[in-house]
Amino acid sequence: MSRSTRFDTKKVNSELVTLTYGTLVAQMVKDLENPDDVSKQLDRIGYNMGIRLIEDYLSKTGSGRCLDLKDTADKIQTAFRMYLGVQPNVVNWSPAGDEFSFSLDSNPLTELVELPDDLKQLKYCNIICGAIRGALEMVQLDVQSWVVQDQLKGDPNTEIRVKFIRRLEDAMPAGED
Amino acid sequence: MTVHNIYIFDRMGTLLYYQDWNRLKNSGMTKEEEAKLMYGMLFSLKSFVNKISPTDPKEGFLYYKTSKYTLHFLETPSGLKFVLNTDNHSQGVRDFLQQIYKEIFVEYVVKNPLCNLNEPIQSELFKTKLDAYVKQSSVFLTKSM
Repeated sequence: MSRSTRFDTKKVNSELVTLTYGTLVAQMVKDLENPDDVSKQLDRIGYNMGIRLIEDYLSKTGSGRCLDLKDTADKIQTAFRMYLGVQPNVVNWSPAGDEFSFSLDSNPLTELVELPDDLKQLKYCNIICGAIRGALEMVQLDVQSWVVQDQLKGDPNTEIRVKFIRRLEDAMPAGED
Repeated sequence: MTVHNIYIFDRMGTLLYYQDWNRLKNSGMTKEEEAKLMYGMLFSLKSFVNKISPTDPKEGFLYYKTSKYTLHFLETPSGLKFVLNTDNHSQGVRDFLQQIYKEIFVEYVVKNPLCNLNEPIQSELFKTKLDAYVKQSSVFLTKSM
C-alpha cells in the first residue's frame, strides 16, 4: 500500500530527468548514426509511454470522455503539469478548430542541452509528440503531433502542434456485427 | 456482503484477468466461453441502454441486479472494462472498482513495463495484490457463505 501512496505525491528531481533523457538520446545518436532515425525512435518510445501514461492519468484524475477538442487540449495541459511540471499555453487554434499548439516557455527535457551543428535536424523532444499521440489513441482519438518550434534551434519557445485526424471506433466483440 | 468474482477486459474484448472468491456454482462453460459471452452481453447491453436512453446517456450502463447478485460495470475512457459480481447488499462498489483500477491495475500492470497490456495478466504481484485488496475491502466481509 505504501507503494501507491508514495507515487501520488513524490516528485523527482528535474535534473535527473533531464540528464537521464539526455543520456538516452546521446546513446541513440551514437547507436543509430542517422539523426532522423533517432527522432523516429524517440517518437516510438514516446508512443509506448503514452499508451501507459494515459491509464495513470485517467485513474488519477477520474476524468471522463472529452466533449470536444478544446476539452482534450485542456486535459493534455493538465497532464503536462502532472508529468513534466510545466504549464504550457494552448495557442494557435486553426480556423476549423481541428489543430492547436502547446507553447512551452521552459522545457525540462532541454534545460541543459545544446545541439551541435551536425545534429541540427534532430528532433530532441519528439518523445513528447509520441506520448501525446499514444495517449490519445487509447481514448479513440487519432492525432498527429509534431514539433513546430524548438528552443534548441533558437526559437523563443517550444511549440508542439497537435492535429486531429479522426475518431477511432469502439472495438466490436469478435463474431458480432 | 460478499464479492463473487471479477473480470477485467481490455478494449478489444480480451479477458485480461479473472478471479473468483465466493462462487459456489459454475456456469458449466469453459472460462473462455464464459468470458466471450460476458463481453458480448456487456457490449450489447451497453449499446442498447444508450440507444433507448431518453436523454444524453453520459455514463450509460452501470450495473444490473438479479434476485441473487449484482453485476457492477466500470468502463474507463480508454476502454478497459472492470466487472465485479457481488451480492445485493454491497454498497459503493463503483468506487471500489475505480480504486482497483487506480491502486492495483495501474500500479502493478500498467507501470510494469514487462506486462503486456493486451494479453492476459500473468503477474503474480498483481494477483496477490488484487486478492489482498479485495479481501480487506468493506465490500468483501463474508458472513453468509
